[in-house]
Amino acid sequence: MIELINIVLLGLLVITALAAIRLHDLFAVTIMFGIYSLLAAAVFVVLDAVDVAFTEAAVGVGISTILMLATIGLVGRQEKPPSHRPLLPLVVVIVTGAALVYGTFDMPPFAAPDAPVQQHVAPRYLEQSPHEIGIPNVVTAVLASYRGYDTLGELTVIFTAGVGVLVLLGFRRRRSHMADSPEEES
Amino acid sequence: MKDIPVLRVVTKITIPIILLFAMYVQFHGDYGPGGGFQAGVIFAAAFILYGLVFGTSAVRQVVSPGILRLLTALGLLLFAGVGILTMLLGGDYLDYNTLGQDPLHGQHLGIFLVELGVGITVAAVMIIFFLAFAGRRD
Repeated sequence: MIELINIVLLGLLVITALAAIRLHDLFAVTIMFGIYSLLAAAVFVVLDAVDVAFTEAAVGVGISTILMLATIGLVGRQEKPPSHRPLLPLVVVIVTGAALVYGTFDMPPFAAPDAPVQQHVAPRYLEQSPHEIGIPNVVTAVLASYRGYDTLGELTVIFTAGVGVLVLLGFRRRRSHMADSPEEES
Repeated sequence: MKDIPVLRVVTKITIPIILLFAMYVQFHGDYGPGGGFQAGVIFAAAFILYGLVFGTSAVRQVVSPGILRLLTALGLLLFAGVGILTMLLGGDYLDYNTLGQDPLHGQHLGIFLVELGVGITVAAVMIIFFLAFAGRRD
C-alpha cells in the first residue's frame, strides 16, 4: 500500500515538475511550484517526518507562493522568449543528474537499520532524550537542545535574510516604473 | 479585494483561528509536530492574508515597520541571550540544565524560551518579506 502511495506521489511530482518547465505563464508556473511543495509535504508525511512536512507545507506552499506571486505582480506574468537554445544547460543538468543517480547506488537501502546515519548519534538521542530532556517530541529535543547551536545559526540566517531585504527593498512605498503588468491586484 | 463581501467576512473569521493555531503550534511543539519555525510562518500567514485582502497599508497600521524591525532582532537576542544566561549560571553556552531547579525543568524552560525566540524572529521576517515585496505596488 505504501509503495502504491509512493509511486503515485513521486509520479505526480515528476508530472508537476515537467509542467512547470513546459509552461510559459509565470503565474501558472508559480502555482505548479506550490503543488510541487504540497506533494513533497505529502511524501514527507509518508516518510513519517511530520515536522519537516509541516514546514514544507507552511513555507513551501504558503509563503514562497505568496512571495513569488507578489514578485510576478511587479515584473509581469509572461516569460521572455529565450535568446538562445538551452543545449549546454541541458547537457550539464543531465550529466549532473546521472552522476547523482550513480552516487545513490553506493547508498545503503532506504531505512536500513545498519546504515551509518542510524548508528551515529540517532540511537543516543532516541534512548536518552526522555531522561535528559524529558519532552515527548524528540525532533524538538534535538532541534532546540542537542543541536541548539545549529538552530541558532539557522535563526541567524533568517535574521540576515530579513535585514538584507530591508536594506535592499525597504518599507518605503515608491511608484515603480515597472509596475505596469496587466494584472489588477490590490 | 476588500470590495468582495464574502472574502472580507471569511477573512475576518479565519484570521483569529489562524493566530490561535499558530499559538498552538508554538506552545505545543514539545508534545506534537511543530515548533517555532512553523508557528512563526503560520502567525505571519494571518497578517499576509489580511494584507492580501485589505492591502499592505492596512497591515502597516496593525504592526508598524519599527515594531517589526524590533521584533526581528528581539527573537534572535532572546535565543542568544538564553545561551549567555546559561553561561552566567555556570553551564556551557545553550546548556539549559542550569536554568531550572533540576536539569529536566531547565531543559523545558530553555526549549520554551528558545522556540519563542525562533517564532518571534521568523514571524517578523516573514511579514517584512511580504510588506517589502507586495508593498511596492500600492
